Amino acid sequence: MSEKTPPIQATKMMKKLMADHFLALDRAAAEGSPKVAWCTSVGPAELLIAMGFEVYYPENHGALLGASRIATDTIPVANAIGYSPDICSYLTADVGAFLKGITPLTKAYGIKGVPKPDVLVFNTNQCRDVQDWFEWYGRHFNVPAIGVRTHRGVGEVREYMVADVAQQIKDLIPTLEKVSGNKFDIDRLREVVGLSKQCTEQWRAVLEYGARVPAQMNFFDHTIHMAPAVVLRGRPEAIEYYNTLLAELVEREKAGYSAVPGERLRLYWDGMPVWGRLRMLAELMNELKAAIVCSTYCNSWIFGAFDAADPFESMARAYTELFIVRDEAYKEAYMLEHVERYGCQGIIFHDAKTCPNNSNSRYGLPQRFAEVHGVPSLVINGDLNDLRCFSDEQAKTNIEAFVEQIEEMAA
Amino acid sequence: MVFGGIDIGSTATKAALIDDSGALLGSAVRRSGVDFTASANLALEEAAKQAGVDQKDIVGIFSCGYGRKNATMAQETRTEIACHAAGAYHHFPQALTVVDIGGQDNKIIKLNAKGMRTSFKMNRKCAAGTGAFLEEMALRLDLPLESLDQLARDAQEEATLGAYCTVFTATEVLSKIRDGVKVEALVKGLFRSVVKRVMEMDILEGTVVMTGGVAAHNPYLAQMLSEELGRQVLLPPRPQLNGAWGAAILARDFRARQLARE
Ligand code: SF4
Repeated sequence: MSEKTPPIQATKMMKKLMADHFLALDRAAAEGSPKVAWCTSVGPAELLIAMGFEVYYPENHGALLGASRIATDTIPVANAIGYSPDICSYLTADVGAFLKGITPLTKAYGIKGVPKPDVLVFNTNQCRDVQDWFEWYGRHFNVPAIGVRTHRGVGEVREYMVADVAQQIKDLIPTLEKVSGNKFDIDRLREVVGLSKQCTEQWRAVLEYGARVPAQMNFFDHTIHMAPAVVLRGRPEAIEYYNTLLAELVEREKAGYSAVPGERLRLYWDGMPVWGRLRMLAELMNELKAAIVCSTYCNSWIFGAFDAADPFESMARAYTELFIVRDEAYKEAYMLEHVERYGCQGIIFHDAKTCPNNSNSRYGLPQRFAEVHGVPSLVINGDLNDLRCFSDEQAKTNIEAFVEQIEEMAA
Repeated sequence: MVFGGIDIGSTATKAALIDDSGALLGSAVRRSGVDFTASANLALEEAAKQAGVDQKDIVGIFSCGYGRKNATMAQETRTEIACHAAGAYHHFPQALTVVDIGGQDNKIIKLNAKGMRTSFKMNRKCAAGTGAFLEEMALRLDLPLESLDQLARDAQEEATLGAYCTVFTATEVLSKIRDGVKVEALVKGLFRSVVKRVMEMDILEGTVVMTGGVAAHNPYLAQMLSEELGRQVLLPPRPQLNGAWGAAILARDFRARQLARE
């Protein structure tokens, strides 16, 4: 096994894709055509692309604010206008940045501000925060904020849920036709759903490289390379990108590379990334030779149900069978299956202060994992964007001690 | 042979020197201050002097605590969680729940009968229930830290304090002072608050051992916890040294494994 791991080459291609994506959005907003739709990360993006919109994802922007740590300065601005420090720090970072008139897109792409929306389309499968977030911009720009209200705490995905969500997606069409000036075309939607399906399958294949021993990619790589699956799904560029990345992964595996040189330990990550501390955490895990090989978060962009033959129902199904909206029993079984398949010796739960929706440690799940399945876990307290809620030292000590504990048990 | 452990905590730096059997030869406790490396060096020097050994005769040194990386003389670092576990198990070799109350954070560490950790928890970033909490309260009440234990023991009554947060508790304390509540009752209430914070962190099963500087200086806390649990809470011989002592034990075991391999 090689001790040296050169950087993944495909990253360059991704940077170019992301730049093109944001520049196209910027142009569209400036020229007024095509129209710009803002969409939640797991919203009905396929429909928006099929209707000819350029699609912008505020959650992606939230993550950029976190990763660039601009969030630290912008969250308090939103707090001051009445958005509590206890609610989604993507929302508060994003609204605060808007009020301050700053964005990481300026430094990265020379873009002055985020592209002005012509319509905002949410899906509450993530949480209620996205709806309130979009409605704030809806009021600000005086444009429609419309969306899908999804089912939550879902055990088995039932037909009535799929039918309901499919109908809600169809109900968006008249507004979207009006805003875009384009007629809805079912064949175009079929084509986009087909592209999204391909993208999803490739993203799944990329993630499976985490299951290799040693893992070819880890959680920190995934948080970077998931960007096209999030913002470009439904577009051919995303498929091209993952083809390139997958080809490179084949070669890297042959060359004997591994995501964490000298991998000694494999872990599962549950919850949001701590965007502002990715590097610190990645370095710590490298030092400990512990690879985080699988995560709930990065797996959330696998939408296996997409089916071009049945676009509305399959979108409804894909967006209803997501981990985040499921009940505890489903979550436990899902995580256990992944822990086993990826050969994880333990789970790190990130309890993100401002995102209860993606924090799965609050109702005794870690204890059930230990007692019922014999899987040890660690809960670290932190946040996706609000670094006021994260203590470097405590996180480090906790993670180091957890790795010690697992190694001690294995010895 | 002599082995050493250095525990550089947020408040105090502890050094312990032991022999092959794990018996303590010498020790020192110093304030960590702003130069962790210097305080570690001084603590080790003092411990060596007390033990009557030359520093170069110390075969292996492990460090732990917040400043563990600053102990330049240490061969290896371990987390304080590993070291408190090793220290407690050395004194009580059985399945244990170790409750360590530190200057900045509390830990609950569970060990199986072989002394292996099966789980641990640290308090969240807030300092409620830690040494820092008691220090802050002593300051507010204008009391020397050393007087707290006796005051709590002497209390005929106990003030009820509800908040999680240290700052909120300070406000509660002020309002109780205004209402004429006796200082002893307040201190006992503060101790109760520490015990409650610990008990809500995890289930304290089996044999419970309390370690750390806070328990060392306020053994009444262990008594209160015993009363709450309905069984005796154990204290190791030198609770404040437990982490350093454990680090030395780990250094000793490490050396033994190395020798076995050679
Ligand atoms: S799921 Fe969490 S991070 Fe995502 S928008 Fe909702 S609260 Fe924010």
